[in-house]
Amino acid sequence: MLSLQNISASVEDKEILHDISFAFAPGTTYAILGPNGSGKSTLGNTIMGHPDFTLTEGDIFFGETSLKNLSPDERAKLGIFLSFQNPLPLPGVSVMDLFRMALVSSKKLDAMSLHKKVKAFAEELNIKDELLRRSLHEGFSGGEKKKIEVLEAALLEPTVAIFDEIDTGVDVDALKLITTFIKKHLPKETTLVYITHSHKLLSILNPSTVLVLKNGRLIKTGDHTLAEEIEKNGFEQI
Amino acid sequence: MAKEPQSTPDLALDDYRFGFAMPERSVHKTGLGLTEAVVREISAIKEEGPWMLDFRLQALKIFEEKSLPNWGADLGGIDFDAITYYLRATDKQSQSWDDLPQEIKDTYDRIGVPEAEKKFLAGVSAQYESEVVYESVNRELDKLGVIFCDMDTAVKKYPDLVREHFGKLIPSHDNKFAALNSAVWSGGSFVYVPKGVKVNLPLQAYFRINAEAFGQFERTLIIAEEGSYVHYIEGCTAPIYTTNSLHSAVVEIIVKEGARVRYTTVQNWSKNIYNLVTKRARAEKNAVMEWIDCNIGSGVTMKYPAVYLTGEGARGEVLSIAYAGKSQHQDAGAKMFHLAPNTTSRVVSKSIAKDGGRSSYRGMVHIAPGATGSKASVVCDALLLDETSRSDTYPTMRIQEKRSSFEHEATVEKIGEEKLYYLMSRGINKSEAESLLVNGFIEPIVKEIPLEYSIELNRLIQLEMEGSIG
Repeated sequence: MLSLQNISASVEDKEILHDISFAFAPGTTYAILGPNGSGKSTLGNTIMGHPDFTLTEGDIFFGETSLKNLSPDERAKLGIFLSFQNPLPLPGVSVMDLFRMALVSSKKLDAMSLHKKVKAFAEELNIKDELLRRSLHEGFSGGEKKKIEVLEAALLEPTVAIFDEIDTGVDVDALKLITTFIKKHLPKETTLVYITHSHKLLSILNPSTVLVLKNGRLIKTGDHTLAEEIEKNGFEQI
Repeated sequence: MAKEPQSTPDLALDDYRFGFAMPERSVHKTGLGLTEAVVREISAIKEEGPWMLDFRLQALKIFEEKSLPNWGADLGGIDFDAITYYLRATDKQSQSWDDLPQEIKDTYDRIGVPEAEKKFLAGVSAQYESEVVYESVNRELDKLGVIFCDMDTAVKKYPDLVREHFGKLIPSHDNKFAALNSAVWSGGSFVYVPKGVKVNLPLQAYFRINAEAFGQFERTLIIAEEGSYVHYIEGCTAPIYTTNSLHSAVVEIIVKEGARVRYTTVQNWSKNIYNLVTKRARAEKNAVMEWIDCNIGSGVTMKYPAVYLTGEGARGEVLSIAYAGKSQHQDAGAKMFHLAPNTTSRVVSKSIAKDGGRSSYRGMVHIAPGATGSKASVVCDALLLDETSRSDTYPTMRIQEKRSSFEHEATVEKIGEEKLYYLMSRGINKSEAESLLVNGFIEPIVKEIPLEYSIELNRLIQLEMEGSIG
């Protein structure tokens, strides 16, 4: 579905990602691991089309479509979703405002159904009602931010969903709630990609494929045993 | 507008013409330019008493003597000789819908203004369906003893009440444009709310638009007696088109002990307009005056609603929004004069500049000696949408009483790439994302505006951001 073909990416002329190739299959769960600064978040943002990251080499394909010259909203419309590691507060913009713009005005959903859907999802995720009316991410706790991100994923029903450190600031119970929610509400054929360095997340997820990034390179891929190996020996041994 | 020789009014003929609804080329349109004859003509058409004529003539002298302000926006483009100073409502119909600029028509379509309303707003027709609504509102107001009529009528029907307050808060010599308005004013609203009466329905100039509510030199006077309450709304979100290039209004508001007045403006003049308006209120003991001032349209606006806090415990508030797009300069702000103890004031200004537009906050806080325990706060936030736009803050503080407190806070924010990226990653295009952020930015003020206006205001700003207007 989503395939990275020899991609290199830079920020302000500094190359961060070097020659990464990988093809993600539909309906499969992946984990991207790597030490801090290995380029994991950069990879997620490069796929989503962050304006600060330039694809210097290679190309990213979504099916037959090259993403190279597409803006983030065009990529989102194709079915790519990125849950942000640390989303900025958006004063005066509530989650309802956002999705009225994203879904209602493009006629994907009517206002009433949107409202019902958001309410139901929020209840399942233990998100307080009041949070839905407040400015998005403004004064939200770490856990609240992550839950809202996941709620957004469920509303958008992406084909490829990337979750960047969905586990930070989230306790084990909430994490279980979040991952169960994702499994339940995202389409079966959706590719799930978790960027993390948390073993507790990995043990809950049980990803079918693990990708290890180091110094901006994809140095190894394997099944869940690779994750166990890393947990035991650290990244140094790989 | 065709040049016409100045003519003296023939009142008998007027009745005749009016009765037979003779169209166009009315004698009741003064020629181009401003002279004593024009002022006398206006006064005569309106059948005013000598005191108003004197007031006008005096103001004309002051107007001629005063120079243009040497601060604020560039007013060099105003040609006082190319302006028609008085147009009767009937003349305004002479314009045809087809003559309007396409962009104005498009905007009406996109905002979804009903046909009849469109034509009125475009100055095409004076007929408006809400006349009926206005009549029923008026009956309710009558029962309460509230007077709500146009200023011309008030001068005739309530001369004592008008004379007591007219031009007192804003005397003609206040500034050149107050003088101009005083000389040639026409239309505007007169509101009188008796003691203890609370008017729950906002009074809207909208309701009586065929009575010259949108005159270009309108004059509004609101008197709120002790313990009363009224909310007055002027303007509307649909752009108001006129070929005349100057709008210069004067608004005076007297808020007596324990009364509260809220005055909401949504200004969306077409981009060829210089919008130079003087607004001032006096708040007496424990009175509350609130200005909510939204400036979206016009080419140049200079407007600084003021509150004189003259009674102990009085409170003044100005909440303002200014949007400056391509070739617009919004020079707006607020003035607060603390003249009595324990008075409080709050100014919140939100300005947005895009496509080379310029927005300035210009404000004054004066705390006079003896205004002990007074508190003033000013917050001005500017949002710049691109590198070519500009925002300035010109705050003046004159704090002459030590036992008072004053806070000033100003922020300038560039619309964040990171925030845009976030919204776009949810499938919203760039201009929608920008307008979402802009609407979020002004939300604290918009929520103070009645719902039907705030929805339109948000939509209007969204249209402006998409660059689809003007």
